[in-house]
Amino acid sequence: MSAAIVFAGVQAGYGARQVLDGVDASFASGKVTGIVGPNGAGKTTLMRAALGLMPIDSGAVTVLDRPLGAWSREGLAQTIAYLPQGGDAHWPVEARELVALGRLPHRARFAPSRAVDLAAVDEALARCDAVKFAARRMNELSAGERARVLFARALATGAKVLLADEPAAYLDPAHQLRLMDLLREEAARGTAVAVTLHDLALASRHCDEIVVLDGGRVVAQGAPDVALRDAVLAEVFAIAAERAPSGAVVALRRL
Amino acid sequence: MVEVRSVVSESRRDFAVTTTLILFAILVVAFAVSFLLGASDQSAGALFAGLFGGQGIAGLIAREIRLPRALLGLIVGAGLGASGAALQGLFRNPLAEPGVTGVTSSAGLGAVIALYFGLAASNPFALPVFAIVGALASAAVLYLLSRAGAGAVALVLAGVAVASLATALTALALSFAKNPYAMSEMVLWMMGSLKDRTMTDVVFALPLTLLGIALLLSAARGLDALTLGEDAAESLGVAVGSVRMRVVVGVALATGAATAAAGAVSFVGLVVPHVLRRFYGYAPSRLILPSALGGAVLVTAADVLIRIVAPDGQLLLGVLTAMLGAPFFLLLIFRLRSEA
Repeated sequence: MSAAIVFAGVQAGYGARQVLDGVDASFASGKVTGIVGPNGAGKTTLMRAALGLMPIDSGAVTVLDRPLGAWSREGLAQTIAYLPQGGDAHWPVEARELVALGRLPHRARFAPSRAVDLAAVDEALARCDAVKFAARRMNELSAGERARVLFARALATGAKVLLADEPAAYLDPAHQLRLMDLLREEAARGTAVAVTLHDLALASRHCDEIVVLDGGRVVAQGAPDVALRDAVLAEVFAIAAERAPSGAVVALRRL
Repeated sequence: MVEVRSVVSESRRDFAVTTTLILFAILVVAFAVSFLLGASDQSAGALFAGLFGGQGIAGLIAREIRLPRALLGLIVGAGLGASGAALQGLFRNPLAEPGVTGVTSSAGLGAVIALYFGLAASNPFALPVFAIVGALASAAVLYLLSRAGAGAVALVLAGVAVASLATALTALALSFAKNPYAMSEMVLWMMGSLKDRTMTDVVFALPLTLLGIALLLSAARGLDALTLGEDAAESLGVAVGSVRMRVVVGVALATGAATAAAGAVSFVGLVVPHVLRRFYGYAPSRLILPSALGGAVLVTAADVLIRIVAPDGQLLLGVLTAMLGAPFFLLLIFRLRSEA
């Protein structure tokens, strides 16, 4: 297993408020890593730290065996694709145009899209099953369709690492499952996929690896049945799980 | 030959090309009419001959009066149109515009200070420089608002505050200047006009406007990426802070130069990008140059119209653009409210 992103003792925060309190974790290439934890546990901050969007107070982030600070802005943008939480299009651009933004890291300044960029856009649209509404404007699409287009935008970059923050929020169950399939497909191509999720059942069934965050620390990292074992669920979420014979979480109740 | 395909659908691209050609055609006609229209009764032939070195009164009128006015219409309109498009992209908000955000009034304040305290008389650079400094002062407010992620309401309210302050200080400056024509001059600066401009105004306005538009264009890609929000734009390799800085300084240069030449002409930057969106699409990068073209068309046409409606110069350029733009602004607000 090769780790695409490694966090070693990472501390980071916003001003006086420390959010990450010495995080040790890793996202492996070719796997879907689910990041779970209560609200405020530091899930989004962990992703922002990996992207260099916020300064790290201490510790180190390594991206593909190179320290984060050694990456150029363009190099990092080509290597990590990021799907922020609650992302949406601020202008009603055509879906295809939005997906093409994912190619920005590969385009030289002032250069138009090349054939290879357009091919990547078309492929990403096809993988997300979004071809039939590619020419429509974002405000004409349903929430589920918009989510697919935004996801295609992240795929179009063709990055070796994909960080998706709460992509399943606001999606109906069918779309959530479709999304998890897309994440799995992307991981099968060798991409390191990390995704924050609130739905523990979804995380437990569709992720290869789970990182449980609480209060800015990693409480557990490992295979879903290990990381989401009863003791962890009780300690972090104050809940108990009903499980399938495989050990996967199917339902939850409060302790 | 390299096959060039576009991200946007083909029909939409053809639409954009057609629109550009039509805008150019209108611009050529409006420019010609603007050049031929004036108080003195000169034949078109004499004026065109005068333009290319003809002697006598026709040559003088053509080169010293008509040409600067017609050229400034293009320059002022282009600067204001492009500024509006870029500001709207930066704030991801169709209400952002140099006039609404107070940049124009602040530039006017700078120009008035330069003019009425004798600075412009001793140094011809003083007028545009002061106008741009004034524009930069309010642009700094815009910069802070953009960094704080201000929404439409905060932006418009801040614009009201900045514009009111700049207008009050303009009035104060004019009364301190002990100028007998202070009141009428003030109206001129607050409403904007292209009357009685000289080639000197053109020489100052043109390079500053071009520089401003170039800065805005250098930020175009970043503005597109901002469609996805700031974090996503950063993750795509866009230096958002630098984009913000280039837009704000570019707007200050173009709007400052326009205001130094014409006074405060409002709402051009609001109306033009909005109207052109349905022809060029919503991506901010695609709107900056067309908005420069559209702004040039609008200001030139408006300057022609006021001379036809009121040949004696009772109607000021800024009055017409405000009469056109303010109701439009209200319409946009109503539409945004119903969407929210």
